[in-house]
Amino acid sequence: MGAQRINWFHFAAPQRFHSLAGRAVPWFAALAGVLCAVGLFMGLAVAPTDYKQGEAYRIIFVHVPTAWMSMLLYLAMAFWAAIGLIFNARLASMLAIAIAPSGALMTFLALWTGALWGKPTWGTWWVWDARLTSELILLFLYVGVLSLHAAIEDPRRADRAAALLAIVGVVNVPIIYFSVRWWNTLHQGASISISKGSTIDPVMLNSMLVMTLAFWMYAFAVVFARVRSIILERERGSAWTRPHLRALEPA
Amino acid sequence: MSAAAPGDPSVWTAVRSLFLRDLRLALRRRADTLAAAIFFVIVASLFPLGVGPDLDLLRRMGPGVVWVAALLASMLSLPRLFAEDHQDGTLEQMLLSPCPLPLLVLAKMAAHWLCSGLLLLALSPLLALQFDLPASAIGVLVLALLLGTPVLSLVGGIGAALTVGVRGAAVLLTLLVLPLVVPVLIFGAGAVEAHSAGLGYGGHLSLLGALLALALFLSPWAAAMALRIALD
Repeated sequence: MGAQRINWFHFAAPQRFHSLAGRAVPWFAALAGVLCAVGLFMGLAVAPTDYKQGEAYRIIFVHVPTAWMSMLLYLAMAFWAAIGLIFNARLASMLAIAIAPSGALMTFLALWTGALWGKPTWGTWWVWDARLTSELILLFLYVGVLSLHAAIEDPRRADRAAALLAIVGVVNVPIIYFSVRWWNTLHQGASISISKGSTIDPVMLNSMLVMTLAFWMYAFAVVFARVRSIILERERGSAWTRPHLRALEPA
Repeated sequence: MSAAAPGDPSVWTAVRSLFLRDLRLALRRRADTLAAAIFFVIVASLFPLGVGPDLDLLRRMGPGVVWVAALLASMLSLPRLFAEDHQDGTLEQMLLSPCPLPLLVLAKMAAHWLCSGLLLLALSPLLALQFDLPASAIGVLVLALLLGTPVLSLVGGIGAALTVGVRGAAVLLTLLVLPLVVPVLIFGAGAVEAHSAGLGYGGHLSLLGALLALALFLSPWAAAMALRIALD
């Protein structure tokens, strides 16, 4: 039992995690590239043309994975934020704040691709659909966490304040989602729904899943790379970071 | 630090005196308190100037405009909720006191609501008349505000506690709190719209009440924790 615990927390030390993440980043990045190539090939070349929406639907292979990732990353951020807050674990807090920009980017991409998709299919860039609206509010929540973290000088204090805000956000997200959905149905009755149910072509579904995996690998690579920078920045006083920092200096 | 049990009479003395002190401070700075109310009136009055005097349009927009204006106006006075106590050291004494911090925070939030939310509530029928809302709709609006504005003070209190001692706290606070209170806006304005559409508005008010109960239960704890983080 005791030995297992030590193993579990072995990589909780920033120095060890720095080298582990350094080894993992190229793998994740390569996987992301390969999966993205496969997914895009399947989505753009193999998958059949939609009988109703034509070729425009193909943005789904970027849109749906980013939308999923935006929500998943918020949960991941809140999870690590909570771990950091409860156990006073530095690395968990660093991980949480490293996830936030990627989550915000995914949310923004989901909104952007949604707008690009909406124009040819619905004839408008933006609909106050329940999903679009709650995705927009999710973006605001990400921005709130990031700007609160940026506004506080002391990094540990910033971590903990941002963690609390992320947790408050997690409690609020379902309330916001259901209120927006209800508001939407009240306003415009049966509105355009993005979901097409399970009648989707298997090739489409598979390429969507491959693209989701690709985005997942991308998120791992980017978050780990970002965590490495945060670790170096915060631990710059300690001896082990010196060779790493020297390597970063311009020659 | 030995925590006093909530049953201890001295706890309630502390909570009451803090509540009365905050009220007294707000009354002595009438200009600050009134500024938020005047802001509320001005924002709501700008909308007809912006969208035109068409009464049908205004009647449809009225509840939403009054609610949005109330949201913005209650954000105005929030930065002061803890900032002054932080500057003169009162906040540290609150944190050190044996009285449970969430209760003290709740007292401050209640005082804040009495000085901001209640004032907006009193002014809202006047604004509703500007938007030509019928008397029954005004009644629903006031009821919805009565249930909704305390949530603004409670959730806003978390934001105020998180931004204590932060530069640019006022803008940041707005950024943090406004997305979180979207449900209040939806159900608050929705109640009046449902009433105008001839549907029942009870569901909206019940949901507002549920939000109030939830916020009343959770936000003093969250705000107390945020204060402890801020003054770590």
